[in-house]
Amino acid sequence: MSLSGGWYLTLAAVLFGIGAVGVLVRRNVLVMFMCIELMLNAANLTFVTFSRMLGDIGGQVVVFFVLVVAAAEVVVGLGIVVAIFRRSTSTVADDLHVLKG
Amino acid sequence: MTLTLLAAGGATIPDIIVFAVSAAVIIMGAFGVVTSRNPVHAALSLVMTLFGVAVLFIEQDANFLAAVQVIVYAGAIVVLFLFVIMFLGVDRRENIEAEPLVGQRPLALIFVGVAVASLVALLVSSHWVTGAHGVVGPINGSVNPGSPGAPSGEVAQLGKQLFTTYLFAFEATAALLVIAVVGAVVLARRERRDLEKPSVESPDDEPSSDSSEKEVLR
Amino acid sequence: MRVALLIASASLHGGIAMPHIAYLAILPEIVMLGGAILLLAVASLVRSALNVTVITVSTLVISLASLAAALWQFFDVQSHGAYTTLDHAVVLDGFSVLVTVLVASAMALTALVGDGYQRREGLAGPEFNVLAMVSATGAMLMGEANDLVIVFLGLEILSIALYVLAAFNRRRAESGEAALKYFLLGGFSSAIFVYGIALTYGATGTTNLTQIADFLAKNVVVSDGLLLAGLTLLLVGFAFKVAAVPFHMWTPDVYQGSPTPITGFMSAVAKAAGFAALIRVFVSSFGVLRVDWQPIIYALAVVTLLVGAVLALIQTDIKRMLAYSSINHAGFVLLGLEAAGALGKVGARGVSSALYYLFAYTFMAIGSFAIVSVLGGRGDAAHEISNYKGLGKRQPFLALAFAVLLLSQAGAPFTTGFWAKLQVVAAAVDANSVPLAVIAMVSAAVAAFFYLRVVLLMYSPKKFVSDQEGDRLENLDASGDAVASTSAREPLWSGSGRQTALVNELNATLLLESSPETIEVPDEREGDVVNVPVLAVVAIGICIAVTVGFGVFPAPLADFAHKASLLFMP
Repeated sequence: MSLSGGWYLTLAAVLFGIGAVGVLVRRNVLVMFMCIELMLNAANLTFVTFSRMLGDIGGQVVVFFVLVVAAAEVVVGLGIVVAIFRRSTSTVADDLHVLKG
Repeated sequence: MTLTLLAAGGATIPDIIVFAVSAAVIIMGAFGVVTSRNPVHAALSLVMTLFGVAVLFIEQDANFLAAVQVIVYAGAIVVLFLFVIMFLGVDRRENIEAEPLVGQRPLALIFVGVAVASLVALLVSSHWVTGAHGVVGPINGSVNPGSPGAPSGEVAQLGKQLFTTYLFAFEATAALLVIAVVGAVVLARRERRDLEKPSVESPDDEPSSDSSEKEVLR
Repeated sequence: MRVALLIASASLHGGIAMPHIAYLAILPEIVMLGGAILLLAVASLVRSALNVTVITVSTLVISLASLAAALWQFFDVQSHGAYTTLDHAVVLDGFSVLVTVLVASAMALTALVGDGYQRREGLAGPEFNVLAMVSATGAMLMGEANDLVIVFLGLEILSIALYVLAAFNRRRAESGEAALKYFLLGGFSSAIFVYGIALTYGATGTTNLTQIADFLAKNVVVSDGLLLAGLTLLLVGFAFKVAAVPFHMWTPDVYQGSPTPITGFMSAVAKAAGFAALIRVFVSSFGVLRVDWQPIIYALAVVTLLVGAVLALIQTDIKRMLAYSSINHAGFVLLGLEAAGALGKVGARGVSSALYYLFAYTFMAIGSFAIVSVLGGRGDAAHEISNYKGLGKRQPFLALAFAVLLLSQAGAPFTTGFWAKLQVVAAAVDANSVPLAVIAMVSAAVAAFFYLRVVLLMYSPKKFVSDQEGDRLENLDASGDAVASTSAREPLWSGSGRQTALVNELNATLLLESSPETIEVPDEREGDVVNVPVLAVVAIGICIAVTVGFGVFPAPLADFAHKASLLFMP
């Protein structure tokens, strides 16, 4: 018997928060991207915890789909990063300045 | 907080220790991702977090998912990250002290901090779970314990759900994988005539979709 | 007719019973995705590269087949009523049919516009159309999803394909940058969305929309913090996708940087699919919680309406202007959604007005961006609003078409834009949100300014050329390279017979300042007439026919939207 779900859910919420802060404060595209993975992991941990608490395996199945989405996102995202930064050696988002925003 | 308080839910001391250690690993890893200057260190910290999450999956009887987590995330996704970092040669220290937008960091911290605090407060104030229990089926054990052929065990249950309730979602992931493959090909393709003007008259000379084999690797 | 096939697996080895599949419900998706994969396979198996015409024609055939399947669905729903299939993962009702029709038509129009674009930019291969078709499949999934997991997967299929499409034109630096921005913010919003699903799952015990509605109807959740947190996160995720303020930051940059036909597709399809899923999730599943979410939608609608209209006024780039205008339009659809929160007939009217708006906006947006795409010239770069000066003299038909579409977006009578605005405002008044309706009308009045500004500019006599025009002039030499690096554009295109004398003058200006200041040039540079591809003319013609046709005879479309507003309820 493991701990009550509340501990896991709180941990997941904190992990999600750290990931969100990372996306907002970091300027390195690759690190921002890793922070998105942290957020997805927080969601996965939440799903698994609820799955146990509800006694319903559906939550675990959803984690699979999140994994597939994360994998597809990583492939495309890193493809974009490589396509853009192949010539330069900086992956800092602020070095991009063609567009105004 | 004492161990007895933690153990109130019927958890044993080893459970508490496992949770505490993995929670510490997860949080340390997450901080590592956010604060490390070198992308390689960030990726390694990410692995740390992923392992911690996998341990918590096992702790919650999601053994198969834990294996998938390690294999897919740590084994494939992080390796891809590291590959790209090395490929681009950006494994250098980045000056993270320089703040591009003044006040952005404190604002982000405050904003997310408030959001997470209110989230945790909401979680604590509400019942943890109010759902209809067991809508889909129990995690362990067979659906129909009486019938001999019914699938039993966690993996069998997962498989059953994947091909019944979530059949359409499963099929839809096919589209995602198609995009990932086509997208990677499109994005990684080098223009063979990078410096020439785009030609309207001779679209037939352009590299075809299977041009990957015709590409000259530089 | 309902194609029903039960794959009952053998009881041998204790096999599992597959869910009942009504194939008609997923036929448009099967056609679209299957067609896309088939096209990809054929293109990679054929030895010589497929030519653009073949690809465009096959894309058109696939899109129209999908559209036909959607119309078949429509008659099926009319005669048999709505139903769910695939273990309640998918729902077929008037709402999903309308979204499918909309997406399939948008795809067909994008193929028409994309043909000329691909030729002009020298992009070969079927990937452009294949990715757009897979993206359209994701949009259709969002429209007919009856499970949050399907909504999420549809959203990701739509978005990930759009990330690649935004980066498609690798000759443009903006294209890649737009894709990166879109990707990072899209990934961020997806993560928020997934976390919202997780919390909703915890609070209700299921991800199925029907079961969530069922659970909320039968149980009174006393302390529903978890559910509200989940709801808020879901809303944030959706708001990012439909570009509602304050989650709109990516829109102008991404719209500006993406290839223009894709911008049109993105603005129409991503918005329609995002709103479709948003309406279905909030109205049919979380209808019980309307007192909680209606104020949030209200606030979102107000800021979206005002920010979109005001910021569009100060844009100098036509694509950025249309991006802010699309944000403004999102505000109007939110108006309909806010009204949809009301009970009974008023709520249904809100849904139908939002759907009508999305339908009207799809054709206006694709038509407008088609014209922008044609006028962009080679390199897809000439998007300064000042370039449109005197267009009415140079290309009267194109200018007239653009004027009609812009006036429709502004809400001029005898266009769908007028009826769309009228319906959402009327729905808001019915739902007792009179202040919101007033704000919407003020916003429409402000918005009319920037649409009219472009229209007046097109018919103003003097011909100005902006500094961006400078690097479109041909024979760019060493100084031209300097210009290109200053303005960060690659000199990969050539103009069509210009005086080189102007180049130096313009370059000198450019090197000094890169602000979009206009320079008056002599009259002999009048011949700046672009070739309009025939297929683009067809696409623009269809958009105008729909916009004006249903504007003059609004009854059929309003009827369609009304039939679609009856959401499937368990």
